[in-house]
Formats: sequence, structure tokens, C-alpha cells
Amino acid sequence: MSLASRVGLRLEPRVDNPRWMNWAVPVCSFIAALLVGSIVLLITSQNPISVYQRILERGFLDTGSLSGTFISATPLLFTGLCAAVAFKVGFFNIGGEGQFYVGAIFASGIALSLGADAQSWIAVGAMVLAGTVGGALWAFIPGILRAYFRTNEIITSLMLNYVAGIGATYLIFESDSFWRELGGTGAVFPKGKIIPLSAQWPSFDLGNLVVPFGLLLGAVVAIWLHVLQRRTRFGYEMRVVGGAPSTARYAGMRPARVIVAVAMLSGGLAGLGGAADVGNFRHVLDPKGLQQSGFGYAGIVVAALARLNPIAVVFVAIILGGITNAGYALQGPDFPAGLVGTLEGLILFCTLGGEVLVRYRIVNTRRQAVAS
Amino acid sequence: MTTVVDSKAVTAPAVAAFGVSKRFPGVIANDDVHFDVRVGEVHALLGENGAGKTTLSNILTGLYRPDSGHLELSGRRVSFESPRDAIDAGIGMVHQHFRLIPTFTVAENIALGAARDGERVLLNMASVESRIVELGEQFELSVDPRARIWQLSVGEQQRVEILKVLYRDARILIMDEPTAVLTPLEADALSQTLTSLTRQGRSVIFISHKLGEVISIADRITVLRQGRSIETIDAVGATRESLAAVMVGREVERVQRRGVGALPGAPIVLSVNDLGAEGDRGLPALRSVSIDVRGGEIVAVAGVAGNGQRELVEVLAGLRPRTSGRIEVDGETMDRADARHPIRMGVAYVPQDRLGTGLAPDLSIAENLVLKRYRRPPVARPPFLRSSVIDAEAASLMEQFDVRAPSSQTPTRRLSGGNVQKVLLAREMSGRPKVLVVSTPTQGLDIGAVATVHQLLLDAAAEGVGVLLVSEDLDEVLALADRVVVMYEGSVTGIVDAADATVASIGVLMGGGTAEDVA
Repeated sequence: MSLASRVGLRLEPRVDNPRWMNWAVPVCSFIAALLVGSIVLLITSQNPISVYQRILERGFLDTGSLSGTFISATPLLFTGLCAAVAFKVGFFNIGGEGQFYVGAIFASGIALSLGADAQSWIAVGAMVLAGTVGGALWAFIPGILRAYFRTNEIITSLMLNYVAGIGATYLIFESDSFWRELGGTGAVFPKGKIIPLSAQWPSFDLGNLVVPFGLLLGAVVAIWLHVLQRRTRFGYEMRVVGGAPSTARYAGMRPARVIVAVAMLSGGLAGLGGAADVGNFRHVLDPKGLQQSGFGYAGIVVAALARLNPIAVVFVAIILGGITNAGYALQGPDFPAGLVGTLEGLILFCTLGGEVLVRYRIVNTRRQAVAS
Repeated sequence: MTTVVDSKAVTAPAVAAFGVSKRFPGVIANDDVHFDVRVGEVHALLGENGAGKTTLSNILTGLYRPDSGHLELSGRRVSFESPRDAIDAGIGMVHQHFRLIPTFTVAENIALGAARDGERVLLNMASVESRIVELGEQFELSVDPRARIWQLSVGEQQRVEILKVLYRDARILIMDEPTAVLTPLEADALSQTLTSLTRQGRSVIFISHKLGEVISIADRITVLRQGRSIETIDAVGATRESLAAVMVGREVERVQRRGVGALPGAPIVLSVNDLGAEGDRGLPALRSVSIDVRGGEIVAVAGVAGNGQRELVEVLAGLRPRTSGRIEVDGETMDRADARHPIRMGVAYVPQDRLGTGLAPDLSIAENLVLKRYRRPPVARPPFLRSSVIDAEAASLMEQFDVRAPSSQTPTRRLSGGNVQKVLLAREMSGRPKVLVVSTPTQGLDIGAVATVHQLLLDAAAEGVGVLLVSEDLDEVLALADRVVVMYEGSVTGIVDAADATVASIGVLMGGGTAEDVA
């Protein structure tokens, strides 16, 4: 046996989780992501400080920039809530993307069929409802498969994203559907019908700041979710089912039903996001635009960074919305288009890495061996 | 590492620990532990849970390195870098939970991992098998090397584990609670094996918290308490009471109640008739089981683990469907396999897996205390839960059942085993049950907590609750029960009055014998 002296790092489970870690870890993960991002920037011969400064200005500080950020944040808020509520009970719904599309399809469908004569509040209310129902139905499929047939919901919900994307594409590009604009330029270039003015969601103008109705609705929903999780019977069931499924069964709960309900709640939130996207911003079913945005996937990043807390999702959505918004504004020869996506990826990566630190502590085991 | 024996080794202990300490964050697992094992000795390490037995055996097998202190083998100082070093030095571990691959043969399991650097890659199974037969004859450990593990009884599997370390030439065998999974008969056979091992110069370190078996099996006993080695005692002349006092650090009163019986004319609160059910693999696990429990009576279900006890309690709790038979609670028939139904009928259930099934570990004590009553008023005011009611009930139950915790908001996963069990019993008793089904309620608890739990069970019976106690600990069964139901392979092999029962008579029934065999 040889004389050896090594430095080893080991993870030991934490006995205790101090409260400050709940916010310290995400904040530090965020900073770590920026640091790693600056290495990437240096490699591409950019000055990280000036890039980050421009993101900060274009995302949050410049006149009107926050209004743009709110627009980018609204869909992220809904898909973030979608992921947060599902992940909390161990239902890994990756299908926020597809549920968002279906919500957009349902919401635009109802807006178009109500027509221009409908009263505005009825049209908006119907879109909210239709979007939610659409997303919930789409999530019902992986929910029921997981709860009663033990199918892996990650796979099924992910696959359904493609189905929903192809479905939306079919409605606009490959059929003469109700959603497609057949007159005018639409006869040549396939595009969706624009929803009537009465169905377009309001935005509230506060001087320099424009707050879309969808964002406010999302914030209210986040607070509602928080109350649901902490104060209600159903929330109690969600927490028991999420943390200890066999205890839930033992206590006479119905874990399968809770899972299906949570799946539909989660999908409904994403679907509502789809409705907000059509109602507040696009005013049309736009399959290409939806699929390029990838709001559903970005929502997973939002939820992870918010540590699955609905209230925190609101703020994280605005921060990530700001980065996205700055990315749109700054894209150009001196600003790499993929940077925003890279940053988002790094943030998720660092957040998940940070989760390890919440659960474990790192121990340095300096090993000194004596020859024998 | 050489195997040359120097002159010192003849008199030096086979293995000795000098001032071994090991700290973990917030705990000192071993604190200045001294002990020595003579050649050819069975040396017991006795201590409660958390006394440091496991940490010490992990240090002896090279899994942990001591923070201070050192080990000596045959008088020579050693330092293990890894478990491999300990194996090379002749230390072998027989784990409580077997590390065997069920679909492999005995010989394949033993050969697994035994090949050393420089040995041929290809296995010569014939030579492995003949070596196993040889070892088996040498140490009275007969087992067919070609049998597959799943075909073997638990006792035989343990022999394979022992052969595994002997095959690697272990001079010192560490056995972690080896009798925990054995019937009394199999335990006797194990004790024969130990004698044969020590006669041939092997040493055994026997880890246990059972006082009786330590006295009968070991030559000397080192008692650990709170990480320290308190005393090494000769087994000859030691008594259970004297050992218990050293182990706990004070005199321990044993709860005793034998055959007090139900109150005269007490009604049958639980009647199980001709019950059948399937196990997890769809094979019959319960065959025509019939048991009656009267109010105020404690009926124990004894048996080696895995003979249908788990399935029985799960059926009673509505967690497993039955394939035949009838269950009546206080005259009312239980019709569905649904956990809500027994709860409503007054069947309380304390499962074996306390934190995994009985409690939601991340939720607070207060939230766990209402786990079975959250659905209805006064706890619920649909759709909301009333936290004021929940907190008030928690305060009074924690006081009544003496649950020690920083606050009612502490997550239950932070509680000690004894307090976890108190939370569970508090919740189950707060539902004013007619029947209390408890599964291995004191497994893994320290002596003080065991006495508390026993007292709570006696209190429940005194209040007129019919208690069905499933336990593998015969001392516990005999101390508490009025009647003992013995199960073997899913059937009831006998129902005896506790007053007439002995460990030996129940042991025969646990091994599948009949009442005639007992007589």
C-alpha cells in the first residue's frame, strides 16, 4: 500500500435547511450563470459587462422597456405556474408547450365564433375559459395515463407538444379551417384570421408603463394558487401526495385523482397563457410564432428558478421576460442572437446545480494514509 | 499487506480499537472507543440505536476512517484506505440485509467480487463449488453450491453470506444483528456455527441490541452508549438487568402484563374470518386466516417477517384487496378495499414504515396529526382547512402524548424514532378507534421509547380498544399480549394464551410446526 494524500469532496445530506437558503441559492445560481455566461461572451470577443449592462437597460431601465418586458413576461408567467404546480406534486409536466398551443387554439376559436358583435367582457371571459379548458383537456391525457396506467408523464406530455404543434400548423397551413384567413393575402400566404376587436384583451396605460391584462390576471392566479396550496383541503392533499404517496393512500386520499386534477390544473394554466397570448398580443392563431417562442419550455426554467413557489414565479417571469425582451431589442451584428437562449440554459443549469446545495452539504475529506 | 504472523500475534488480540473517534456534523458517532477481540472469541457489541455500533463496524470494515485513534490487527497497527484493505486484512462483514443476487446460484454469488488482481478472468465454477463444499464441511455450514438464492430459506441465505466472507479468508467476522431475520431454531443453528468458527481460531464481532441472545452467544460483551465504550463484561455472570442498566445508564423497568385478558363479557370488536389475500407478486399470501379480538384485549401476531403479517394488516387497513373471507368491526361488515372505510369504522393503524407510510415527513407535526380527519369539520371548513383548530389540537395532543419537539410546526422527519411513534399513536388514538392495529411498533426504538410505546398500547387496551399487535420480538409479544396468534406461510399455525406460552413453544409454531409438535 502506498502513502497517499488526497483531497476528496463528498456530499452529505443536510440535517437542516436554513430558511435563508430558499432565496440565497436561486440568487447565487443566477449570479453563477452570469459568470459562466461571461466566459462564453469573452470567447466570442464580447465585453460581458457592457452586454449585461445593455440587457439591464433594454430590459428594465430604458423608457418603455418595462412595458415590453411585461409582454414577454406574461406567457412565461402562465407556463411557469403550469410547471410549478405540477412539479410540486411530482407530476413532471413537460407539456406546458403543447397545452399553451391548445389554449391558443381554443381561445382564438371562441373569439372568432363569437364574432365582432359580442360584448367585450363576454368575449374576453369566454377566451379565458376556453383557453383554460383546452389546456386542461390536453394535460388530462398524460394525467390519466400516469395516474391509472403508470405511464411516464415526461414522455407522454412531451410527445403531445409535437402533436399540438402539428395540429395548430394543420389548422392554418394545411386545411381550410375555421381559423384560417382565406380572403385577401391569406389566399396566397396562409395565415390565421384576426380575432375581432371586441375580443382583444385590454392593456392598462399608466403613463410610462403599459400593463397587459394578461399579466394582472396571471398575478392574481399566482396568489390564488398560493392560497390553494397552503390553506385548502385540496392543497393539503397535493402536499401529502407530492411528498409521500403511500402515506396519502394510507390516509384514505385518492392519489390518482389528485394527480389527474393537478395535471388538469397545470394544463389549464398553460392554456390560459395561450389565451392571453392570442388575446393580449398576437390576436391571431400563429403556429409558427408559437413554436418559435418555446414559452412552455422556458416556463420550466421559470418554475425551477422560483423553487416552485407561485408568488416567486411572478417575479422570476418578469426577470426572464426582461432578458428575453432585451434580446429582441439588441439582436444584431454585435449581439449574438443565441445569447438569450444560452443564458436561459445556463440559469436553469445553475439553478438545478444549486438545488444540490440546498439538499446536501459539501464536505472536504482530506485523506492521509499511513503506509502499512 | 502481508500475512506473515509475527511472534507478538500469538498473544495479541485479533483486533483492537484504541481511542477510536468519529464525528459527523452535529453528532459524535464514536467517542474514544476502546475494545479488543481475542482470537477465537465471540465478542458482542451491545448498544441502543444510535449508540455507535454501526459507525464502529463501518470503521472496522474500512468504510469510514476514524478522526482519531487507531486499529490494531494481531498487535500491528493498521489503517484502512478502503473496504478492500479491510477484506485483504481478513475482516469480513455479514450484513443484516443480505447482499445476494436472487437469480444467481450460491457459488456464483460467492465468486462474485472475490477475484483479485492477477487472477484469471474466467471463473472456474467447479473449483469454486468444491471450495464451498469444503468450507461448509469445515464450519458446519452445509448449503448446496448450485442452488439458486431464491430457492433458499432465510437461514440458508445467511449461511451463504457467512460462506462468502470465509471464502475470502476472513479471520474476523462482523455480524450485524444476525438473528433479526431468523426463527429461534435457525438462531440456534447460527450459534452452533459460531462455536465451530471460534473453535477453529476465527473471531466474531456480534452486533446486537438484544440482551438475552448476547448473554447466551457471546464470550465477552462491550457495551456502547452515546458513542462511547462504557464497559467490557464477561458474558458468564451477566444478567439482562445488569446489561440493560449499563446500556441505558440507569435502571429500566420492564412493562409486564401477561394474560390480563379482556374484560368479562367484552364484545368482539374485530372478527376476521377465513381471510385470503395475495402478496405483491400475485401469489397467495394469506390462507384462510381467522382471528377474533375483544375490546380491551391485546392479541399479538407472531411470526418470522414475511409470513403474511404485512398482508394481514394491509387488508385490515383497506390497503390490499382480499380474495376471500369476511372482516367485521364491532359487528359491522367491512365491504371494500378502500382506506377510508376502515378509518370510518374505527380501525386505527400504525404501520411498520412510520415515516414512509404513516406520516408525511415534510409536513409539520400539527398537519400530520389531522391526516385522517382533514376532510371533515371541525378541521375542515370546505374548501379551507382551519389552521387555528389544527394548531390547538396539535398542542393538546403533543402534551397528552408527551411528544418532544421544538414546536408543532416541526416537520416530522426531524423527530427521533420514539417521538415519531408517539405522533402516530397520538393521531390514531385521537380518532377514538375500536380497534388498534400496530405493526412492529418498537422496532428500531431505544429502550426508553420502547417502554413508553408499550405503556401507550396498554393504555389503549385499558380504554377498551381491541389491540392487534404484529411483532417479531417475542419478548415484546410475551410481555404485552393476552393471546398470541402465530403465522407461518400465510396461515395461522396456532393461537395460544400468552400465560401458557414460552419462547420455545411459539418458536416451534413460527417454524411451521403444529400444536402437537409443541406438546
